Amino acid sequence: MTKLTYIAHDGTRFEVEAENGSTVMENAIRNAVPGIEAECGGACACATCHVYVDEAWTALVGEPEAMEEDMLDFAYEVQPNSRLSCQIKVRNELDGLIVTVPERQG
Amino acid sequence: MSDITHTDVLIIGAGPVGLFAVFELGLFDMRCHLIDILDRPGGQCAELYPEKPIYDIPGYPVVGAQELVDKLLQQIAPFKPGFSFNRMVTALERLEGGGFRVTTDENEVFEAKVVVIAAGGGSFQPKRPPIPGIEAYEGSSVSYSVRRMEEFRGHDVVVVGGGDSALDWSLNLQPIARRVTLVHRRPEFRAAPDNVNKMHALQQAGALDLVIGQVSALSGEDGALRSIAVKGPDSEVEVACTRLLPFFGLTMKLGPVAEWGLDLHENQIPVDTEKFETSVPGIFAIGDINWYPGKLKLILSGFHEAALMAQAAKHVISPKERIVFQYTTSSTSLHKKLGVAD
Repeated sequence: MTKLTYIAHDGTRFEVEAENGSTVMENAIRNAVPGIEAECGGACACATCHVYVDEAWTALVGEPEAMEEDMLDFAYEVQPNSRLSCQIKVRNELDGLIVTVPERQG
Repeated sequence: MSDITHTDVLIIGAGPVGLFAVFELGLFDMRCHLIDILDRPGGQCAELYPEKPIYDIPGYPVVGAQELVDKLLQQIAPFKPGFSFNRMVTALERLEGGGFRVTTDENEVFEAKVVVIAAGGGSFQPKRPPIPGIEAYEGSSVSYSVRRMEEFRGHDVVVVGGGDSALDWSLNLQPIARRVTLVHRRPEFRAAPDNVNKMHALQQAGALDLVIGQVSALSGEDGALRSIAVKGPDSEVEVACTRLLPFFGLTMKLGPVAEWGLDLHENQIPVDTEKFETSVPGIFAIGDINWYPGKLKLILSGFHEAALMAQAAKHVISPKERIVFQYTTSSTSLHKKLGVAD
Protein backbone atom coordinates (compact mmCIF):
# COMPACT_ATOMS: atom_id res chain seq x y z
CA MET A 1 0.00 0.00 0.00
CA THR A 2 1.08 3.52 -0.81
CA LYS A 3 0.35 6.52 1.39
CA LEU A 4 -1.27 9.56 -0.24
CA THR A 5 -2.12 12.88 1.37
CA TYR A 6 -4.81 15.19 0.01
CA ILE A 7 -5.02 18.75 1.30
CA ALA A 8 -8.52 20.15 0.81
CA HIS A 9 -8.97 23.80 -0.05
CA ASP A 10 -9.74 24.65 3.60
CA GLY A 11 -6.48 23.03 4.69
CA THR A 12 -7.92 19.77 6.02
CA ARG A 13 -5.55 16.86 5.44
CA PHE A 14 -6.77 13.45 4.31
CA GLU A 15 -4.25 10.62 4.59
CA VAL A 16 -5.20 7.45 2.77
CA GLU A 17 -3.66 4.10 1.98
CA ALA A 18 -3.90 3.48 -1.76
CA GLU A 19 -3.46 0.37 -3.81
CA ASN A 20 -0.82 0.47 -6.51
CA GLY A 21 -2.37 0.70 -9.97
CA SER A 22 -5.38 2.68 -8.77
CA THR A 23 -5.57 6.38 -9.60
CA VAL A 24 -5.18 9.35 -7.28
CA MET A 25 -8.73 10.38 -8.33
CA GLU A 26 -10.27 6.99 -7.40
CA ASN A 27 -8.74 7.13 -3.93
CA ALA A 28 -10.05 10.67 -3.40
CA ILE A 29 -13.59 9.59 -4.32
CA ARG A 30 -13.39 6.42 -2.21
CA ASN A 31 -12.29 8.49 0.78
CA ALA A 32 -14.74 11.35 0.16
CA VAL A 33 -12.07 14.03 -0.23
CA PRO A 34 -14.05 17.24 -0.77
CA GLY A 35 -13.50 19.16 -4.01
CA ILE A 36 -12.72 16.22 -6.30
CA GLU A 37 -15.78 15.76 -8.51
CA ALA A 38 -14.59 13.43 -11.29
CA GLU A 39 -17.68 14.05 -13.39
CA CYS A 40 -16.60 11.82 -16.29
CA GLY A 41 -15.57 8.92 -14.06
CA GLY A 42 -11.92 8.91 -15.02
CA ALA A 43 -12.06 9.00 -18.82
CA CYS A 44 -9.87 12.12 -19.07
CA ALA A 45 -12.93 13.79 -20.59
CA CYS A 46 -13.50 16.63 -18.13
CA ALA A 47 -11.39 18.67 -15.75
CA THR A 48 -13.15 18.11 -12.44
CA CYS A 49 -10.48 16.07 -10.65
CA HIS A 50 -7.85 18.78 -10.95
CA VAL A 51 -5.15 18.83 -8.24
CA TYR A 52 -1.88 20.64 -7.58
CA VAL A 53 1.02 18.25 -7.06
CA ASP A 54 3.28 19.25 -4.16
CA GLU A 55 6.45 20.85 -5.56
CA ALA A 56 8.64 18.13 -4.03
CA TRP A 57 6.79 15.50 -6.08
CA THR A 58 6.30 17.10 -9.49
CA ALA A 59 9.38 15.49 -11.08
CA LEU A 60 8.41 11.98 -9.93
CA VAL A 61 4.74 12.35 -10.86
CA GLY A 62 5.67 13.66 -14.29
CA GLU A 63 4.09 15.91 -16.90
CA PRO A 64 0.58 15.56 -18.30
CA GLU A 65 0.21 13.95 -21.71
CA ALA A 66 -1.29 15.91 -24.61
CA MET A 67 -4.87 14.75 -24.00
CA GLU A 68 -4.68 15.74 -20.34
CA GLU A 69 -3.16 19.14 -21.25
CA ASP A 70 -6.18 19.67 -23.54
CA MET A 71 -8.56 18.93 -20.69
CA LEU A 72 -6.64 21.20 -18.29
CA ASP A 73 -7.75 24.09 -20.53
CA PHE A 74 -11.15 23.68 -18.84
CA ALA A 75 -9.80 23.78 -15.28
CA TYR A 76 -9.70 26.68 -12.83
CA GLU A 77 -6.41 28.45 -11.98
CA VAL A 78 -4.14 26.03 -13.74
CA GLN A 79 -0.54 26.13 -12.45
CA PRO A 80 2.63 24.49 -13.72
CA ASN A 81 2.07 21.73 -11.10
CA SER A 82 -1.53 21.10 -12.16
CA ARG A 83 -2.58 17.54 -13.00
CA LEU A 84 -5.82 15.65 -13.44
CA SER A 85 -5.79 13.14 -10.60
CA CYS A 86 -7.46 10.45 -12.74
CA GLN A 87 -4.30 10.36 -14.84
CA ILE A 88 -1.89 9.77 -11.94
CA LYS A 89 -1.44 6.05 -11.22
CA VAL A 90 -0.39 5.09 -7.71
CA ARG A 91 2.93 3.22 -7.56
CA ASN A 92 5.62 2.47 -4.95
CA GLU A 93 7.72 5.52 -5.79
CA LEU A 94 4.79 7.81 -5.00
CA ASP A 95 4.62 6.69 -1.36
CA GLY A 96 4.08 9.91 0.63
CA LEU A 97 2.69 11.92 -2.32
CA ILE A 98 0.94 15.16 -1.38
CA VAL A 99 -1.65 16.83 -3.61
CA THR A 100 -3.71 19.95 -2.95
CA VAL A 101 -7.31 20.40 -4.12
CA PRO A 102 -8.02 23.74 -5.86
CA GLU A 103 -10.66 26.21 -4.73
CA ARG A 104 -13.05 25.04 -7.43
CA GLN A 105 -13.28 22.57 -10.29
CA GLY A 106 -13.91 23.50 -13.91
CA MET B 1 -47.74 26.99 -37.54
CA SER B 2 -45.10 24.32 -37.82
CA ASP B 3 -45.80 20.88 -39.22
CA ILE B 4 -46.32 18.10 -36.73
CA THR B 5 -44.28 14.93 -37.10
CA HIS B 6 -46.19 11.82 -36.04
CA THR B 7 -44.54 8.67 -34.78
CA ASP B 8 -45.44 5.69 -32.62
CA VAL B 9 -42.64 6.21 -30.15
CA LEU B 10 -40.62 9.34 -29.52
CA ILE B 11 -37.27 8.57 -27.90
CA ILE B 12 -35.48 11.38 -26.10
CA GLY B 13 -31.76 10.65 -26.27
CA ALA B 14 -29.84 8.76 -28.96
CA GLY B 15 -27.22 7.13 -26.74
CA PRO B 16 -26.65 3.36 -26.81
CA VAL B 17 -29.79 2.60 -24.81
CA GLY B 18 -32.03 4.88 -26.89
CA LEU B 19 -30.65 3.28 -30.03
CA PHE B 20 -31.22 -0.27 -28.82
CA ALA B 21 -34.78 0.65 -27.80
CA VAL B 22 -35.46 1.16 -31.53
CA PHE B 23 -34.59 -2.49 -32.07
CA GLU B 24 -36.80 -3.86 -29.31
CA LEU B 25 -39.70 -1.58 -30.25
CA GLY B 26 -39.17 -2.39 -33.93
CA LEU B 27 -39.65 -6.10 -33.30
CA PHE B 28 -43.18 -5.16 -32.20
CA ASP B 29 -43.75 -2.97 -35.29
CA MET B 30 -43.48 0.36 -33.50
CA ARG B 31 -41.88 3.18 -35.51
CA CYS B 32 -39.46 5.39 -33.62
CA HIS B 33 -38.10 8.91 -33.86
CA LEU B 34 -35.10 9.97 -31.76
CA ILE B 35 -34.16 13.48 -30.66
CA ASP B 36 -30.72 14.36 -29.30
CA ILE B 37 -28.97 17.56 -28.31
CA LEU B 38 -25.68 16.37 -29.81
CA ASP B 39 -24.98 16.55 -33.54
CA ARG B 40 -24.71 12.76 -33.92
CA PRO B 41 -25.89 9.51 -32.33
CA GLY B 42 -24.06 7.81 -29.47
CA GLY B 43 -24.55 10.05 -26.44
CA GLN B 44 -21.73 9.84 -23.92
CA CYS B 45 -20.09 7.03 -25.92
CA ALA B 46 -19.66 9.40 -28.87
CA GLU B 47 -19.09 12.66 -26.99
CA LEU B 48 -17.06 11.71 -23.93
CA TYR B 49 -15.09 8.60 -24.73
CA PRO B 50 -15.38 7.42 -28.37
CA GLU B 51 -11.87 5.91 -28.30
CA LYS B 52 -12.22 4.14 -24.97
CA PRO B 53 -12.64 0.38 -24.81
CA ILE B 54 -15.69 -1.08 -23.03
CA TYR B 55 -15.25 -4.51 -21.46
CA ASP B 56 -18.70 -5.38 -20.11
CA ILE B 57 -20.89 -5.65 -23.19
CA PRO B 58 -22.01 -9.30 -23.30
CA GLY B 59 -20.44 -11.17 -26.18
CA TYR B 60 -17.73 -8.56 -26.76
CA PRO B 61 -14.58 -9.10 -24.69
CA VAL B 62 -13.70 -5.57 -25.75
CA VAL B 63 -15.44 -3.02 -27.93
CA GLY B 64 -14.63 0.64 -28.59
CA ALA B 65 -17.37 3.07 -27.53
CA GLN B 66 -17.79 4.50 -31.04
CA GLU B 67 -17.61 1.00 -32.49
CA LEU B 68 -20.51 -0.05 -30.24
CA VAL B 69 -22.53 2.94 -31.46
CA ASP B 70 -21.78 2.06 -35.09
CA LYS B 71 -22.87 -1.54 -34.53
CA LEU B 72 -26.08 -0.45 -32.81
CA LEU B 73 -26.87 1.82 -35.78
CA GLN B 74 -26.33 -1.14 -38.08
CA GLN B 75 -28.53 -3.32 -35.89
CA ILE B 76 -31.46 -0.87 -35.92
CA ALA B 77 -31.13 0.14 -39.59
CA PRO B 78 -33.93 -2.29 -40.71
CA PHE B 79 -36.39 -0.32 -38.60
CA LYS B 80 -35.56 3.00 -40.30
CA PRO B 81 -35.77 5.27 -37.27
CA GLY B 82 -36.04 9.04 -37.70
CA PHE B 83 -33.41 11.28 -36.11
CA SER B 84 -33.39 14.95 -35.09
CA PHE B 85 -29.96 16.13 -33.92
CA ASN B 86 -28.83 19.41 -32.34
CA ARG B 87 -32.22 19.65 -30.68
CA MET B 88 -33.20 19.80 -27.05
CA VAL B 89 -36.67 18.69 -26.05
CA THR B 90 -38.08 21.59 -24.09
CA ALA B 91 -41.69 20.55 -23.50
CA LEU B 92 -43.52 17.27 -23.06
CA GLU B 93 -47.29 17.45 -22.70
CA ARG B 94 -50.04 14.92 -22.56
CA LEU B 95 -52.67 15.16 -25.30
CA GLU B 96 -56.32 14.97 -24.36
CA GLY B 97 -57.17 12.14 -26.72
CA GLY B 98 -54.15 10.09 -25.53
CA GLY B 99 -50.53 10.28 -26.55
CA PHE B 100 -48.06 13.11 -26.13
CA ARG B 101 -46.84 16.30 -27.76
CA VAL B 102 -43.10 16.98 -27.69
CA THR B 103 -41.61 20.37 -28.57
CA THR B 104 -37.94 21.15 -29.25
CA ASP B 105 -35.93 24.33 -28.69
CA GLU B 106 -36.33 25.01 -32.43
CA ASN B 107 -40.11 24.83 -32.00
CA GLU B 108 -40.54 21.60 -33.92
CA VAL B 109 -43.54 19.62 -32.78
CA PHE B 110 -43.82 15.83 -32.56
CA GLU B 111 -46.79 13.73 -31.56
CA ALA B 112 -46.31 10.20 -30.32
CA LYS B 113 -48.37 7.52 -28.67
CA VAL B 114 -45.54 6.66 -26.30
CA VAL B 115 -42.52 8.63 -25.08
CA VAL B 116 -39.30 6.97 -23.96
CA ILE B 117 -36.82 9.06 -22.00
CA ALA B 118 -33.34 7.65 -22.57
CA ALA B 119 -31.53 10.87 -21.75
CA GLY B 120 -28.64 9.42 -19.73
CA GLY B 121 -27.13 12.05 -17.49
CA GLY B 122 -29.33 14.70 -19.06
CA SER B 123 -28.47 16.98 -21.93
CA PHE B 124 -25.00 18.10 -22.89
CA GLN B 125 -24.82 21.83 -22.42
CA PRO B 126 -21.99 24.35 -22.66
CA LYS B 127 -19.93 24.46 -19.54
CA ARG B 128 -19.84 27.63 -17.47
CA PRO B 129 -16.16 28.50 -17.00
CA PRO B 130 -14.96 28.84 -13.41
CA ILE B 131 -14.71 32.65 -13.52
CA PRO B 132 -16.06 34.29 -10.36
CA GLY B 133 -19.22 36.34 -10.90
CA ILE B 134 -19.80 35.30 -14.53
CA GLU B 135 -23.49 34.51 -13.88
CA ALA B 136 -24.29 38.23 -13.57
CA TYR B 137 -23.31 38.82 -17.20
CA GLU B 138 -24.93 35.76 -18.81
CA GLY B 139 -27.63 36.52 -21.35
CA SER B 140 -26.31 40.04 -21.85
CA SER B 141 -22.54 40.27 -22.31
CA VAL B 142 -21.62 36.61 -21.92
CA SER B 143 -22.86 33.87 -24.26
CA TYR B 144 -21.80 30.28 -24.82
CA SER B 145 -22.77 30.04 -28.47
CA VAL B 146 -23.32 32.39 -31.38
CA ARG B 147 -26.89 32.37 -32.61
CA ARG B 148 -26.74 35.66 -34.53
CA MET B 149 -23.41 37.12 -35.57
CA GLU B 150 -24.92 40.62 -35.85
CA GLU B 151 -25.13 40.80 -32.06
CA PHE B 152 -21.34 41.02 -32.00
CA ARG B 153 -20.97 43.79 -34.59
CA GLY B 154 -18.92 46.72 -33.33
CA HIS B 155 -18.13 45.03 -30.01
CA ASP B 156 -14.89 44.30 -28.21
CA VAL B 157 -15.23 40.55 -28.42
CA VAL B 158 -13.13 38.23 -26.27
CA VAL B 159 -13.18 34.54 -27.18
CA VAL B 160 -11.79 32.16 -24.56
CA GLY B 161 -10.57 28.67 -25.37
CA GLY B 162 -8.25 26.67 -27.59
CA GLY B 163 -10.59 24.29 -29.41
CA ASP B 164 -12.39 24.41 -32.74
CA SER B 165 -15.32 26.52 -31.52
CA ALA B 166 -13.00 29.17 -30.07
CA LEU B 167 -10.94 29.40 -33.26
CA ASP B 168 -13.95 29.26 -35.60
CA TRP B 169 -15.68 32.14 -33.86
CA SER B 170 -12.52 34.23 -33.49
CA LEU B 171 -12.10 34.03 -37.27
CA ASN B 172 -15.78 34.48 -38.13
CA LEU B 173 -16.34 37.46 -35.86
CA GLN B 174 -13.05 39.19 -36.64
CA PRO B 175 -14.39 41.08 -39.71
CA ILE B 176 -17.46 42.48 -37.92
CA ALA B 177 -16.28 43.02 -34.34
CA ARG B 178 -14.57 46.21 -33.25
CA ARG B 179 -11.75 44.00 -31.99
CA VAL B 180 -11.40 40.27 -31.41
CA THR B 181 -9.12 39.04 -28.65
CA LEU B 182 -8.52 35.33 -28.28
CA VAL B 183 -7.54 34.25 -24.77
CA HIS B 184 -6.05 30.81 -24.23
CA ARG B 185 -4.19 29.24 -21.32
CA ARG B 186 -1.18 28.12 -23.38
CA PRO B 187 0.35 28.70 -26.80
CA GLU B 188 -0.71 25.23 -28.06
CA PHE B 189 -4.21 24.83 -29.50
CA ARG B 190 -6.51 21.81 -29.80
CA ALA B 191 -8.22 23.31 -32.84
CA ALA B 192 -7.60 22.36 -36.47
CA PRO B 193 -4.09 23.58 -37.44
CA ASP B 194 -5.43 25.35 -40.51
CA ASN B 195 -7.57 27.69 -38.39
CA VAL B 196 -4.74 28.19 -35.90
CA ASN B 197 -2.53 29.34 -38.79
CA LYS B 198 -5.22 31.71 -40.04
CA MET B 199 -5.54 33.16 -36.55
CA HIS B 200 -1.77 33.69 -36.27
CA ALA B 201 -1.76 35.40 -39.69
CA LEU B 202 -4.43 37.86 -38.51
CA GLN B 203 -2.50 38.40 -35.30
CA GLN B 204 0.69 39.20 -37.23
CA ALA B 205 -1.25 41.59 -39.45
CA GLY B 206 -2.43 43.37 -36.29
CA ALA B 207 -6.08 42.50 -36.98
CA LEU B 208 -6.62 40.27 -33.94
CA ASP B 209 -5.05 39.94 -30.49
CA LEU B 210 -3.93 36.73 -28.85
CA VAL B 211 -3.41 36.76 -25.08
CA ILE B 212 -1.95 33.72 -23.33
CA GLY B 213 -3.40 33.31 -19.86
CA GLN B 214 -6.51 32.55 -17.84
CA VAL B 215 -9.42 34.91 -17.26
CA SER B 216 -9.30 35.81 -13.57
CA ALA B 217 -11.84 38.62 -13.16
CA LEU B 218 -14.65 40.48 -14.94
CA SER B 219 -15.47 44.19 -14.58
CA GLY B 220 -18.62 46.00 -15.56
CA GLU B 221 -22.01 46.88 -14.14
CA ASP B 222 -25.67 45.91 -14.51
CA GLY B 223 -24.83 42.94 -16.68
CA ALA B 224 -22.79 45.06 -19.10
CA LEU B 225 -19.20 43.89 -19.29
CA ARG B 226 -16.46 46.51 -19.75
CA SER B 227 -13.22 44.59 -19.42
CA ILE B 228 -11.69 41.38 -18.21
CA ALA B 229 -8.45 40.59 -16.39
CA VAL B 230 -6.24 37.88 -17.83
CA LYS B 231 -3.61 36.32 -15.61
CA GLY B 232 -0.62 35.28 -17.69
CA PRO B 233 2.44 33.29 -16.68
CA ASP B 234 4.19 36.40 -15.31
CA SER B 235 1.74 39.28 -15.29
CA GLU B 236 -1.91 40.25 -15.37
CA VAL B 237 -3.38 42.30 -18.22
CA GLU B 238 -6.67 44.14 -18.65
CA VAL B 239 -8.50 43.53 -21.94
CA ALA B 240 -11.42 45.67 -23.16
CA CYS B 241 -14.41 43.37 -23.50
CA THR B 242 -18.09 44.04 -24.13
CA ARG B 243 -18.92 40.55 -25.42
CA LEU B 244 -17.39 37.43 -23.90
CA LEU B 245 -17.58 34.03 -25.60
CA PRO B 246 -16.11 31.29 -23.41
CA PHE B 247 -15.76 27.79 -24.92
CA PHE B 248 -15.07 25.38 -22.09
CA GLY B 249 -16.58 22.20 -23.46
CA LEU B 250 -19.81 20.48 -22.56
CA THR B 251 -21.25 19.22 -19.33
CA MET B 252 -24.35 17.15 -18.57
CA LYS B 253 -27.35 18.81 -17.01
CA LEU B 254 -30.72 17.25 -16.31
CA GLY B 255 -32.26 20.24 -18.10
CA PRO B 256 -35.95 20.56 -18.91
CA VAL B 257 -36.71 16.92 -17.87
CA ALA B 258 -37.30 18.32 -14.37
CA GLU B 259 -40.19 20.43 -15.66
CA TRP B 260 -42.30 17.71 -17.24
CA GLY B 261 -44.30 16.86 -14.15
CA LEU B 262 -42.62 13.49 -13.55
CA ASP B 263 -41.66 12.31 -10.08
CA LEU B 264 -37.92 12.63 -9.55
CA HIS B 265 -35.47 10.92 -7.23
CA GLU B 266 -32.18 12.83 -6.90
CA ASN B 267 -32.22 14.00 -10.53
CA GLN B 268 -33.30 10.59 -11.77
CA ILE B 269 -36.70 9.31 -12.83
CA PRO B 270 -38.16 6.54 -10.66
CA VAL B 271 -39.64 3.64 -12.64
CA ASP B 272 -41.05 0.22 -11.88
CA THR B 273 -38.92 -2.76 -12.86
CA GLU B 274 -41.61 -4.57 -14.84
CA LYS B 275 -42.37 -1.89 -17.42
CA PHE B 276 -39.84 0.87 -16.69
CA GLU B 277 -42.73 3.29 -16.76
CA THR B 278 -42.56 6.69 -15.02
CA SER B 279 -45.20 8.23 -12.77
CA VAL B 280 -47.03 9.24 -15.98
CA PRO B 281 -48.54 6.23 -17.84
CA GLY B 282 -47.21 6.08 -21.42
CA ILE B 283 -43.92 7.76 -20.56
CA PHE B 284 -41.09 5.32 -19.98
CA ALA B 285 -37.54 5.96 -18.76
CA ILE B 286 -34.61 3.65 -19.51
CA GLY B 287 -30.83 3.76 -19.08
CA ASP B 288 -28.83 6.04 -16.79
CA ILE B 289 -31.68 8.50 -16.31
CA ASN B 290 -33.97 6.11 -14.43
CA TRP B 291 -33.88 4.91 -10.86
CA TYR B 292 -35.18 1.85 -9.06
CA PRO B 293 -33.88 -0.12 -6.07
CA GLY B 294 -30.65 -1.81 -7.11
CA LYS B 295 -30.18 0.35 -10.22
CA LEU B 296 -26.79 0.02 -11.90
CA LYS B 297 -25.76 2.60 -14.47
CA LEU B 298 -24.51 0.10 -17.02
CA ILE B 299 -25.17 -0.01 -20.75
CA LEU B 300 -26.18 -3.67 -20.43
CA SER B 301 -28.80 -2.79 -17.79
CA GLY B 302 -30.21 -0.21 -20.19
CA PHE B 303 -30.49 -2.85 -22.93
CA HIS B 304 -32.47 -5.14 -20.61
CA GLU B 305 -34.70 -2.23 -19.59
CA ALA B 306 -35.36 -1.46 -23.28
CA ALA B 307 -36.56 -5.01 -23.92
CA LEU B 308 -39.05 -4.99 -21.07
CA MET B 309 -40.18 -1.45 -21.82
CA ALA B 310 -40.98 -2.45 -25.42
CA GLN B 311 -43.50 -5.06 -24.24
CA ALA B 312 -45.25 -2.48 -22.07
CA ALA B 313 -45.14 0.17 -24.82
CA LYS B 314 -46.78 -2.27 -27.24
CA HIS B 315 -49.57 -2.75 -24.75
CA VAL B 316 -50.10 1.03 -24.55
CA ILE B 317 -50.24 1.39 -28.33
CA SER B 318 -52.29 -1.74 -29.11
CA PRO B 319 -54.09 -2.62 -25.87
CA LYS B 320 -56.26 -5.29 -27.48
CA GLU B 321 -53.49 -7.10 -29.33
CA ARG B 322 -52.06 -10.17 -27.62
CA ILE B 323 -48.29 -9.90 -27.39
CA VAL B 324 -46.61 -12.99 -28.74
CA PHE B 325 -43.12 -13.52 -27.42
CA GLN B 326 -40.72 -14.69 -30.12
CA TYR B 327 -37.01 -15.37 -30.48
CA THR B 328 -34.97 -13.63 -33.20
CA THR B 329 -33.14 -16.92 -33.76
CA SER B 330 -36.16 -18.80 -35.02
CA SER B 331 -39.13 -16.56 -35.75
CA THR B 332 -39.81 -16.14 -39.46
CA SER B 333 -41.95 -13.07 -38.83
CA LEU B 334 -39.11 -11.40 -36.91
CA HIS B 335 -36.71 -12.35 -39.71
CA LYS B 336 -38.96 -10.54 -42.16
CA LYS B 337 -38.87 -7.40 -40.01
CA LEU B 338 -35.09 -7.62 -39.75
CA GLY B 339 -34.81 -8.13 -43.49
CA VAL B 340 -32.92 -11.43 -43.19
CA ALA B 341 -33.61 -14.44 -45.37
CA ASP B 342 -34.76 -17.71 -43.82
